[in-house]
Amino acid sequence: MNRLLHRILPTLLVYGLLMLGTALALAPLLWMLVASLMPPGEATGYPPRLWPSTVTFEHYVALFSRLDLGRYLLNSTLLASAVTVISLFVNSMAGYAFAKFRFRYRDRLFRTLLAAMVIPAQVAMLPLFLLLKQFGLINTYWGVIIPGMASIFGIFLIRQYLLAIPDSLLDAARMDGAGEFRIYWALVLPLCRPILVTLAIFTFMGTWNDFMWPLIVLTDSAMYTLPVALANLLGEHVQDTELMMAGSVLTVLPVLLLFVALQKHYIAGIMLGGMKG
Amino acid sequence: MTGQERHAARSARAFLAPALLLIAVFFFLPVLAALLLSFTDFDIYALGDLNRLRFVGLRNYLDLLQSPLFWTALGNTFYFVVVGGPLSVAVSLGAALLVNAPLTRFPGFFRAAFFLPVVTTLVAVAVVWRYLYHPRYGLLNYGLGLLGIDPIDWLGDPAWAMPAIILMAVWKNFGFNMIIFIAGLQNIPTQLYEAARIDGASGWRQFRYITLPLLGPTFLFVALMTMIGYFQVFAEPYVMTQGGPANRTLSVVLLMYEEGFRWWNMGYASAAAFMLFVLILAGTLLQLKLRRRDPE
Repeated sequence: MNRLLHRILPTLLVYGLLMLGTALALAPLLWMLVASLMPPGEATGYPPRLWPSTVTFEHYVALFSRLDLGRYLLNSTLLASAVTVISLFVNSMAGYAFAKFRFRYRDRLFRTLLAAMVIPAQVAMLPLFLLLKQFGLINTYWGVIIPGMASIFGIFLIRQYLLAIPDSLLDAARMDGAGEFRIYWALVLPLCRPILVTLAIFTFMGTWNDFMWPLIVLTDSAMYTLPVALANLLGEHVQDTELMMAGSVLTVLPVLLLFVALQKHYIAGIMLGGMKG
Repeated sequence: MTGQERHAARSARAFLAPALLLIAVFFFLPVLAALLLSFTDFDIYALGDLNRLRFVGLRNYLDLLQSPLFWTALGNTFYFVVVGGPLSVAVSLGAALLVNAPLTRFPGFFRAAFFLPVVTTLVAVAVVWRYLYHPRYGLLNYGLGLLGIDPIDWLGDPAWAMPAIILMAVWKNFGFNMIIFIAGLQNIPTQLYEAARIDGASGWRQFRYITLPLLGPTFLFVALMTMIGYFQVFAEPYVMTQGGPANRTLSVVLLMYEEGFRWWNMGYASAAAFMLFVLILAGTLLQLKLRRRDPE
């Protein structure tokens, strides 16, 4: 009896805690989904309902027809995609140079970049705003895209990955007379594919979820990204709980789906970035 | 220099140029400009006409240090970092130990479940949590009511607003550090535990004398990243409380945003941003130093 207890008790404890943790982690997200399907006013009844009396999609319809959420969805998709594509090119080129070319001050330059990661982005925001204003880029897509076009973290990830790839592979291509850009395009990029996918998910999600910079740069509501539009809607529709939940679902759902589909790459990226600390 | 070396250097420059140019113009230059800006009285008038810009030396910094609002924001930010940071790291480590425990089946499922809050959009989940925290029909108070606990006005009570925001931040973030801890745990050789078991070491002693010391570097990294991130708290109070009630959730970055982009006191706001930077730098150096002194 005692031995049995000794074996079962830890199992019960571990699974009990795991279940509790899972419930706590998922409950807010599940409630968001459930409440978004309730008829108006039902989410704010007492005692709280855990299931809609009748499932309705009217809030989703209202978001697209009345509140132009399609436009914000488009803005978010466009901006996140543009930042992802451009930054992948720019960062992979720099990461390649740091990993595979010898040049003066290379290591010092790289260390300086890494050290600069301690500087919080907010420090640069005020002058960056003035700079973009000079260029007439406030309230444009470019205002959001430009600061995301190169990232030290991205360069770092690509460099780490490329260090593990033998130089002989690149030298062989050089022997065959391939130009440097051709080597990068036809050899390095395909070799980097796994890390490029990882970095792409990171960048896409990061840009999609970003709030402070789009809030600052985008002044005209037609330009808003989903998070900015949602925060703005909250001000006007604070009583429409079910509507706000539907808006939250639409904001969260694309990145959740992306994560579920590609979680292997995403998790590998965190480990790669984290282990080097 | 041989021809080959020259060729390599030229190619390197070509590949580096776009990234370095972008980072220099859109990051290093603005940081430098922010430092200069913090010594000026740049405000809405200077925004219209640069001739109105004047150097004021350290006045912005002195003003900040004499402003009760800045001290409030600083105190709130420290509250968030000092309470939320360790709590977040502890929950991450607990979750990692559970998911990584030898008797846990389907670790992939639990890992993904715990990770979902991390990838969600902060603004969207903050909207959800506002309702969970609602004093009358929020689920949280309903649950507490079932346990016989009186309802709490989570976001409206000055004493509870910051704890409520911390709770949400811990929920949102713990999965990220959990992944890093799991990676750290998996790097510990299992033979060490086997040897300890043969010597009759209890589970707690194994944790204390094997897991914790060997997790040291991971721990430092997680602690640093969490601290740096938590010092920059902005969106949570912006969406959930707008810094209220009674400025009890006003953070330094929120203050910087309000001063800089709402009232256009950009010189003053830059000084606030630099103070934050100095604090983050000091916190980072302090942790690195403590770690180095640690015999483990």
